[in-house]
Amino acid sequence: MPHDHHNHLSPSGHPYRADNDTDLSYWQTMEIAVRELLIEKGITTAQDVANQIETMDSRTPANGAQVVAHAWSDPVFHAELMRDASAATREMGFDIGPLRLIAVENTPQVHNMIVCTLCSCYPRNLLGLPPDWYKSRAYRSRTVREPRTVLSEFGVTLPDATTVRVHDSTADMRYIVIPNRPEGTDNMSQSDLAKLVTRDSMIGTGLAKRP
Amino acid sequence: MSDTFNPARRWHDMGGDLAGPIPTDQHDFSLWEKRVDALMIIGAAKGFFTVDGLRRVLEDMGEDAFENMTYYERWIASINQNLIEGGAYTTAELAEKMAEVAKRGATYGDAASAS
Repeated sequence: MPHDHHNHLSPSGHPYRADNDTDLSYWQTMEIAVRELLIEKGITTAQDVANQIETMDSRTPANGAQVVAHAWSDPVFHAELMRDASAATREMGFDIGPLRLIAVENTPQVHNMIVCTLCSCYPRNLLGLPPDWYKSRAYRSRTVREPRTVLSEFGVTLPDATTVRVHDSTADMRYIVIPNRPEGTDNMSQSDLAKLVTRDSMIGTGLAKRP
Repeated sequence: MSDTFNPARRWHDMGGDLAGPIPTDQHDFSLWEKRVDALMIIGAAKGFFTVDGLRRVLEDMGEDAFENMTYYERWIASINQNLIEGGAYTTAELAEKMAEVAKRGATYGDAASAS
């Protein structure tokens, strides 16, 4: 479906998101009202809201990439990460909150991917907010039905012999994929390795980049 | 999505359904969306609801809301419902505040910065 800005529908058939300079919508009015009521009641402050936005903005896939590069480089950390990803990432200084984080590792034999069929659960405290497609009906529905077809839409084609495992997240249990370490990276530093780790490679809809 | 084999399966339980291509369009989160996200974290941190409470209202809103409202529109609706149920403010207070906000200007920027 072509872009059609005229009726404000995106290619997925949904409205484009309103920004600051568009007409004030009912739900935006509600957001302002709710926020101001919480501030007036002393439940929160404008500064708390701003701080929370800043915290969330600081969470990006680069954080996850550091975790993956560390796991690729350090067998002891790798073992800790696979045993208890919450504790291991906390030890690296990431505030991953009370949620249980589980690392699943790709190998030449097994490819893992993550989805939340019921809603939009995502390792947001490590990787930031999920991409829009992760929350879409198409991804939520089809990933557990035909993962290889979904992967092909992301440009990933796996050998038939590779096992594909799909992990369905819950509110309390979030997954991160540790992508397969690319060949020809034996002598690379952790910071250079981290540059090969994309967001999609940690969701399982992509592979780590080749150096 | 109705399920002839399991009528108890609700619309949000969509894993395994047929659906179209994965949409590739991505938008940058606008300020009002980031504020909604922050209000969810803060409301939960202050003990007014849990992520389960957030989801309960989202799921009860039904499939039409999923199709016709954006992600953070659904979230603010759910956050608001949970905050009212949790006693943070009343529906009357909300109505009064929303009417006041709506009078401030024609755009989100005008209405939000007047506060």
